[in-house]
Amino acid sequence: MEVVTENRRQEQVIWQLLQQVNDPEVPVLSVIDLGIIRHVEVTSPLSKSLGEGWGVRLTITPTYSGCPAMDVISMDIRLKLIEHGYRNVVIQQQLSPAWTTDWMSEEGKQKLKQFGIAPPNPKQQFCSSEMFQQEAVQCPRCQSYHTEVISQFASTACKAMYKCLDCKEPFDYFKCH
Amino acid sequence: MSTTQLFTFTLRLADNALILAQRNSEWTAHGPVLEQDIAITNISLDLFGQARNFYQHAAALYNNFTGEEKITVDKFIPQLWKAYNRELQEDDLAFLRDEDQYLNLLITELPKGDWAFTVLRQFLFSAFQFYEYTTLKKNADVQLAAIAEKSLKEIVYHLRWSGEWVIRLGDGTEHSNQRIKHAINDLWIYTEEMFAPGGFELIDNASLKIDWMKKVEEVFDEATLANNSEEILVKSTSPLYIADGEELRVRRHTEYFAELVADMQYMQRTYPNSVW
Repeated sequence: MEVVTENRRQEQVIWQLLQQVNDPEVPVLSVIDLGIIRHVEVTSPLSKSLGEGWGVRLTITPTYSGCPAMDVISMDIRLKLIEHGYRNVVIQQQLSPAWTTDWMSEEGKQKLKQFGIAPPNPKQQFCSSEMFQQEAVQCPRCQSYHTEVISQFASTACKAMYKCLDCKEPFDYFKCH
Repeated sequence: MSTTQLFTFTLRLADNALILAQRNSEWTAHGPVLEQDIAITNISLDLFGQARNFYQHAAALYNNFTGEEKITVDKFIPQLWKAYNRELQEDDLAFLRDEDQYLNLLITELPKGDWAFTVLRQFLFSAFQFYEYTTLKKNADVQLAAIAEKSLKEIVYHLRWSGEWVIRLGDGTEHSNQRIKHAINDLWIYTEEMFAPGGFELIDNASLKIDWMKKVEEVFDEATLANNSEEILVKSTSPLYIADGEELRVRRHTEYFAELVADMQYMQRTYPNSVW
């Protein structure tokens, strides 16, 4: 019984540590804010070859299939855990259910906005294959909704390029997915 | 469904995504405007990601095969890898096979052509992928279904982007209209292969044609484009078929494929097992 309680406590510690691991492409967001951590499980050591101590099994899900940040994120998670003494770490990738911007934390959306990237609109508003739809995206600088899309694809696969017609500034929009 | 069939079909899906990604990536730094250059290369990136997921799955399937199953699929396994003495990995399948071991649709390997050709090909292929993956999402193989589910969210964006371009060019100027009409003439014959049995499909791909056609016609209508390409009824004049003795068989690859493969495989062939 005591071991189980201790495992749960360790899991809480790891969730806290993961808040310090950021997305290398959007450094204001932690992996928790992004919503890509699906599962954390602490057990007795998974394998002697990985060292003594707690065994940590993490399940993450990619944002986009080809996102080059995923390999870096896995490595950063591992390094952060090693830094705090967790050497026995297994990171698994899981594709289903597919990641959605609805899993992004409210705090994460606020951080994005302060960083100058418009946060994703709720999925139900606009996420279909219908063409030439105009989505009301708010300018993160002047808060105007008088904006227009320049391109559905921008500096990374997860963003679209927009332009504010009031303050005239271009900006990135973290598109709904 | 046998596991060897699952392996070859997974390879087919991976090859389609990889080869089109490779073709589209040729636009990097050559796009008509910066934003669209970024768009087409982002689509490439999504397709490379989808290909990786399929290759990883195919490699895992192969590594768990019995000796007998391995023999069944041996003709798709790269010779060079056999000298490596380790488990099969995604990169071996992507970069070490010979030309005739790739199972991609011919439409994915055709040279990138002009912008009209590129966006039309993307549209025809994305529409096909959309219906194909919607069916695959319900597949009994859990991993195949998961990859399809994940990829579909990306394909929705590709379909919208490419469809909008077809409409923009068709309903644009006289010149842009001519360009896209030429692209239809050049590409249409290759769409036949998407719905023809290739011998390793796990789904009834012929049944996808009705929905696909509906989507294509909807976009062509809005683009003020009528499809005047007629189906080539005499197989001997179709680029899809090749004479094999007295018989005609579906061509495995076009003359353009060898160059693409040589370019794509250069690093892994020259520096075996190199990693980024």
